Amino acid sequence: MHAFVNYTLDGLSVGMVYAAVALSLVLIWRSTRILNFAGGAMAMLTTYIGLSLIDRGANYWVAFFGALIAGLVLGAVVERVFVRPVENKPPINAVIVTLGLFTLIEALAGMIWGNSKSRSFPAHFSGNGYRVGTTRVAFAPFDTFIVVAVALTMVALLGLFQYTSLGLKMRAAAFEPVVARLQGIRVSRMLTLGWALAAAAGSLAGVLVAPRILPLSPNYMDDVLVYGFSAAVLGGLDSPVGALIGGLVLGLTREYVGGYVSSTYEIEGALVLLIAVLMVRPQGLFNRIAPRRV
Amino acid sequence: MATTPAAPESARTTGPVTDADGPPPSAPSGRARSAWERLPVVARTAIFALAFAVIGILIANGISRYRDFQLAEIAAYLVAVAGLTVLTGLNGQISLGHGALMAVGAYCAAVLLLHAHLPLVVVLLLSALAGGVAGVLVGAVAARLRGPYLAGATLALAVGLPEIPKNYKYFGRDEGLTINPPLPPGWLGTNAPIERWGAYICIIGAAVTLFLLANLSRGRVGRNFRAVRDDEIAASLAGISVPRTQILAFTVSAACAGLAGGLLALVTPTVGPGGFSLALSIQLLVAIVIGGMGNLPGAVLGSIVLVYLPSWATSISNGVGLSKQIGANLALAIFGGMLIVVMLAFPGGIAAAVRRTWWALTSRRRPATTIPAGP
Amino acid sequence: MNARRLAAIAAGTALLASACGSSGGSSSNAAGGGGASAPGVTATSITIGSHQPLTGPAAPGYSEIAPATAALFAYVNAKGGVDGRKITYNYQDDAYNPSQTSTVVRKLVEQDGVFAILNGLGTPTHQQVQPFLNSNKVPDLFVASGCVCWNQPKQYPWTTGYQTNYAIEGRILGQYIAQNMAGQKVGYLLQNDDVGQGGKQGLDTELKPADVVSQQSYDVSALTSGLGTQMSKLQQAGAQVVVGFAIPAAFALAELAAAQIGYHPQFVVSSIAADPYTMGGLLQSFSKGAAGASLLNGVITASYLPSFTDTSNPWTTLFKKIHDQYDAKNPFDANTIFGMSVGYNFVQLLQKAGKNLTRQSLLDAVNSADLQGPGLLPLTFSPTDHRGYEGEQMAKIQDGNLTAFGPVYKATETGPITTYTGPQATPPANF
Repeated sequence: MHAFVNYTLDGLSVGMVYAAVALSLVLIWRSTRILNFAGGAMAMLTTYIGLSLIDRGANYWVAFFGALIAGLVLGAVVERVFVRPVENKPPINAVIVTLGLFTLIEALAGMIWGNSKSRSFPAHFSGNGYRVGTTRVAFAPFDTFIVVAVALTMVALLGLFQYTSLGLKMRAAAFEPVVARLQGIRVSRMLTLGWALAAAAGSLAGVLVAPRILPLSPNYMDDVLVYGFSAAVLGGLDSPVGALIGGLVLGLTREYVGGYVSSTYEIEGALVLLIAVLMVRPQGLFNRIAPRRV
Repeated sequence: MATTPAAPESARTTGPVTDADGPPPSAPSGRARSAWERLPVVARTAIFALAFAVIGILIANGISRYRDFQLAEIAAYLVAVAGLTVLTGLNGQISLGHGALMAVGAYCAAVLLLHAHLPLVVVLLLSALAGGVAGVLVGAVAARLRGPYLAGATLALAVGLPEIPKNYKYFGRDEGLTINPPLPPGWLGTNAPIERWGAYICIIGAAVTLFLLANLSRGRVGRNFRAVRDDEIAASLAGISVPRTQILAFTVSAACAGLAGGLLALVTPTVGPGGFSLALSIQLLVAIVIGGMGNLPGAVLGSIVLVYLPSWATSISNGVGLSKQIGANLALAIFGGMLIVVMLAFPGGIAAAVRRTWWALTSRRRPATTIPAGP
Repeated sequence: MNARRLAAIAAGTALLASACGSSGGSSSNAAGGGGASAPGVTATSITIGSHQPLTGPAAPGYSEIAPATAALFAYVNAKGGVDGRKITYNYQDDAYNPSQTSTVVRKLVEQDGVFAILNGLGTPTHQQVQPFLNSNKVPDLFVASGCVCWNQPKQYPWTTGYQTNYAIEGRILGQYIAQNMAGQKVGYLLQNDDVGQGGKQGLDTELKPADVVSQQSYDVSALTSGLGTQMSKLQQAGAQVVVGFAIPAAFALAELAAAQIGYHPQFVVSSIAADPYTMGGLLQSFSKGAAGASLLNGVITASYLPSFTDTSNPWTTLFKKIHDQYDAKNPFDANTIFGMSVGYNFVQLLQKAGKNLTRQSLLDAVNSADLQGPGLLPLTFSPTDHRGYEGEQMAKIQDGNLTAFGPVYKATETGPITTYTGPQATPPANF
């Protein structure tokens, strides 16, 4: 029982990070119908920017919000400079451009910060689990921070989309760009804003997962992106709630497979789940678009 | 290609397909041209495949062992790149998992060479078959999925599949399998380096693959591939089974990847999980983007860049005196930068851009013999 | 496919020809340079090569090794070299990616014409090139990995190991546990490759099966999700001692995961994990919590080289001096000691091989080597023994210091574990 609790708590914390990455991908998908393979690399870049702030004497919160702001800016710049030219082209062009960005950003980070430093990103909260009775469970104040930060971000974004006129404009620009333009909405600005918010959500994931990555290196988000991506696909790509549930399902699957089958099958377990779900529901779990007939 | 749809149309639906881009070449003379044109496609492609093999083998004979090894690598990657470019360019499906499919072929070849005493040709055919079988399975999943979901499923394949052999002693776990490379036959000369024989095998494998793919894409199957790519509804109205066509395209492409893996296993001559990472799958994409999607000659250029770029980057960084930290990341930066620049500036691939420039120059020089420019 | 496209294939092939032909001639280096007796050797120079993880997952810590070796060579070169020959150490990045290793090493041997490959790092990486180097009779010395597989002198006569292999290390750590922690429950944390398998082989020969209550393993590629489940299982099995055969990053993650669930076993770890400097850097992240570099206090390990914190050891002071002069931009830690010891032992081999240096004479020197150097025991080889160091001394980490204690044990994978009682060498006065 104790083991089950620990695996579940571990899975919850890991799953929330996957959910944040998935959220970032879903936001971009919703606004521009593009899968952002550079999402992990962009989050990594902003985390390193935060780390540079800490190296210059800034405290954790300056670095934390610095990374998020860097994410906003980076998202907007990437959309304007690299993504805009392929937005109305076949989807494959955008896939390739974001793969190129992914490779380029990691290489640049390696040039600037090096690939071989044995360093890590600080955590502001303790990593020691809460005490329950005589034992500690696998859930620490830092895990609470992860869960709360991701949950708050999700609620804030949902609120923005559902209850503000800006959110309404963004949704209109994404789903009915022609009509939106006729209504006087500046569609291109809305798309840029969508990318900026998405990249900030990705940066959040990057900063939250970084303290548990040893050592921090420019490719540290690769794995996280693959799982976040799987979570987004699992959740149906269009749904922020789906992203959250997809992330949690993947995180828990990994830990349960590791705990009850073998820790050397964690990766396979999570990915088999993804393919199995896609076989049954090719459009993901939370997507109302009709599947494709075979 | 005679049956290629008009360029603007294909660009609208799938973008960077270069089959019909650019003006036609200048014809040498009316009579020679028609004699050549009268030859059946099979004969024409066979002649060029043969020429490719002969030129490749002549090169292999004139260079050092290390260059032979690189030549063998280029030819082996060419097989995979050619398969992928047909899948993506002609059929419009993307795969981030071709590195993993190469692993299937490579492990198949290594296991057969270690445990069974089969002729080399049979081993390589079985590698292609193993890749093809994996391709049917993936293709069956893929045919149900649209763009992003397909990319996701193949990404899972790229990451998950190379993890599997790590758990089995039979596959040599983390360290992989080391095989005895096939020794050069006697007729190659007593001092022939093993790398040269490897280059021969890979060049012949590449020539055969190019020959088959060229005929396939020229024939009915290729037309079906393009029809499905351009408009699925129209294709199914015309009686083409869309999922079956897509599965077939994936299978053909995966068989090429399997063969490429088998060839690579022969020349390396080791097979390990580390050699087939996601990075390899992305590099294969880089190669088809550089060459132009769906463009078989471009695949040759793409494969050369794939193999040579890392050493070019090292020479550049040593030449300019960059620090190790920058030099170590230079090749990666160029790969990434190329993907972006090519996609934004020359969506037809570098090969097409060069070709177009060439035609522009030659047609200006000899306007009289040139057919009026195309699109 | 029409004529135009096939013509383009032919053009592509011609391009390939020019690409391949452009520097094909330079391979003549491989046959011998400047009329000297061996590839990579001239009257005034020796060029050797290596593959190292300068980038990628294994780079932290390990990327300092080759610069340290190069620094030692620079020091030797400044004193005139070996037999009048200056050593050039051409080490290339393979990013710990086996397919890159293959390319890099072939280039070094066939294109750059190096005399030997020294200290190629990693098991999965180096296994890619071991058959190639042996079939080409290229000396392949001091492989930087504790795999038992380097010791196959019949099949691979040109390859030798260097560090005490994981099986021997497992025996020495296992013996220590059996003698000093008798009756305690032991758990294994094993890397899912030769590191874990070799270590387990050695541990199993020394520990009673009944005492080993849990065996957990992990994949290096799955480290981003941490070692939470593994440490949970070890805790539930009641393991009081956890023996780790793991890379530094994995050991650091194990420490963090254990601290998270309030699990405080006695850690006993392989020498490859026990670098307090690298570990301290890795563990900074949670230093505000109770976890941090102090987590390492009390960790027990073993070593075959002097400790980088032992300032009373003359080798450590010598290496520190060389480091400050030639390698100052890198930290001085256990990786530095390792890299310089490799360089020193290699220089000893060159001296032994003599002025008329060939690949065969170097191999002959290896096969009769009894090198008294920085090692805590001599580095010996014979035609039937290519292991490398065959023993270790126990050591403990406290406050960032690595302090050796007890006798130096000597062992192979089987047979008795004995105590080395011979002299400890000191650096020669003229070095």
